[in-house]
Amino acid sequence: MSKEEKKVNRRDFLFTASYTVGAVGVGAVIWPMIDQMNPDKAQQALATTEVDISSIEPGKSITVLWRGKPVFLKRRTSEEIAEARAVKLDDLPDPQKDEDRVKEGKDEWLVMLGVCTHLGCVPLKDKGDFNGWFCPCHGSHYDVSGRIRKGPAPTNMEIPKFEFVDSNTIKIG
Amino acid sequence: MSEHEYVPKSKAAKWFNDRLPLLTLGAHLTDYPTPKNLNYWWTFGGILTFCLITQIVTGIVLAMHYVAHADLAFASVEHIMRDVNYGWLIRYIHSNGASMFFLAVYIHIFRSLFYGSYKSPREVIWIIGLMIYLLMMAAAFMGYVLPWGQMSFWGATVITNLFSAIPLVGDSITTWLWGAYSVDNPTLNRFFSLHYLIPFLILGLVVLHIWALHVPGNNNPVGIDIKKPSKDTVPFHPYITIKDAFALLVFMIIFAGFVFFTPNVLGHSDNYIPANPLVTPAHIVPEWYLLPFYAILRSVPDKLGGVILMFSAIFILFVLPWLDTSKVRSAVFRPIYRQFFWILVIDVLMLGYVGAMPAEGIYLVLARVGTIYYFLHFIVVMPVVGYLEKTDPIPMSISEPVLTGGAEPSLARKVNDKV
Repeated sequence: MSKEEKKVNRRDFLFTASYTVGAVGVGAVIWPMIDQMNPDKAQQALATTEVDISSIEPGKSITVLWRGKPVFLKRRTSEEIAEARAVKLDDLPDPQKDEDRVKEGKDEWLVMLGVCTHLGCVPLKDKGDFNGWFCPCHGSHYDVSGRIRKGPAPTNMEIPKFEFVDSNTIKIG
Repeated sequence: MSEHEYVPKSKAAKWFNDRLPLLTLGAHLTDYPTPKNLNYWWTFGGILTFCLITQIVTGIVLAMHYVAHADLAFASVEHIMRDVNYGWLIRYIHSNGASMFFLAVYIHIFRSLFYGSYKSPREVIWIIGLMIYLLMMAAAFMGYVLPWGQMSFWGATVITNLFSAIPLVGDSITTWLWGAYSVDNPTLNRFFSLHYLIPFLILGLVVLHIWALHVPGNNNPVGIDIKKPSKDTVPFHPYITIKDAFALLVFMIIFAGFVFFTPNVLGHSDNYIPANPLVTPAHIVPEWYLLPFYAILRSVPDKLGGVILMFSAIFILFVLPWLDTSKVRSAVFRPIYRQFFWILVIDVLMLGYVGAMPAEGIYLVLARVGTIYYFLHFIVVMPVVGYLEKTDPIPMSISEPVLTGGAEPSLARKVNDKV
């Protein structure tokens, strides 16, 4: 130990200090170069979308664009809700109750990102083996609650942050 | 470098060459002793250089008319096709040129696999070549995005989403790549910037590739080391240049055939539909040259697993020189490996075919079988066959099989001799 201590001299200290300051400097220059590629202020400004849902009949759905991605707004019939809730959680690759995917008291409204969680394609509605959505790209089947049932997608279709502004308007984001 | 020192003839040339030895370099490239038995599979290096230059020249011209904006890109490509003088020709050369480039590079890579050109002492040439190949795929992918048609948009979406499979940071990386919350204008803009950059990176690597080649010199169909210069070599110019030029002309005829007669056959008609973020085309396929990897990706029923396997399929090639245990380079003298080589060729072609088909039924089964064989070939077949195979006798020199009408076992050295 004492031998090694003797070896550490002023020059070693200066080297280490210079390398450290240099590394911090390089990092400080590289970070802006990397971060400039993240979404800019204009992209972030598109963070919310308001949608009028008054004209959607039960059993029908619409697709709106939010932050460049499609969002499905589906007004489900009571049969569809019952079907979604009858599914056993053990049958789901990504177990999640249908109740946790909708707002309480607004069970008929399913609002979710229309983006397949596999590689980002837009699934087709009323297709697939589970009465829900089917992604044509690599064959993922989603049920009437937008939960993954079969295929390569790892998770359920994502529920974005949204709220009911009033009974006819949903604000996404 | 050349065995004999080059001395410029004129005083002015000598003055310049003493300050920057460009003339020495030129003389080295002209005199460069090349094995005299190189066959036409060896002409693809020159063809690939031609492809790179064609892509750079046509690309620079196209960039003078193209607009990298989500609202304008599609229209600007149509503008090139209809309004710009000879725009149709330049764009068709560029888009078909990408396919020709890959056609040539695949032949070049398989030639290397057959004749063992990746083996010692040429590992670094091989690795630089693979880096070029990776950059080519990146450049081709980004270039395909630029017209901002349906296949551009959804191809970009699928490929960038591959990165979302990375645990924990995947989504942040994808958003960072996009510069937005989906593939959007910022994505198109940066892809254009990188698409313009990458060919020049490739050019730099090509210089290193050739430099690394000129240290040990060319491999050859017999795969044995040769003395340079000797009766086994010829000067690069005019012997190889004229052979390369002839092959290039034949290649250009095929190239022109695509450009003038079937310019869209290698593309996808959906890319003439402007990008629509709300509708995914019914059947997404990448360009043909990426199909084998796409088949590997889709053969795995797990997202992360598929992505890992797809990237492994490329990166396994980097360690190939150390997976191959055979002391003999050329498959000409390797009766067992030679058969596995052709199985690999068929396997990759089959993967390419099923990559273009829907991922279901028999296609999925074939994709899985093909994927398993692909990895077995490199991880099991190459090391094991290298140990167990009884290779044919290799000739003492390139001239010998020519002079004696075949490799005479009595003249051949033993396999375990240092080759």
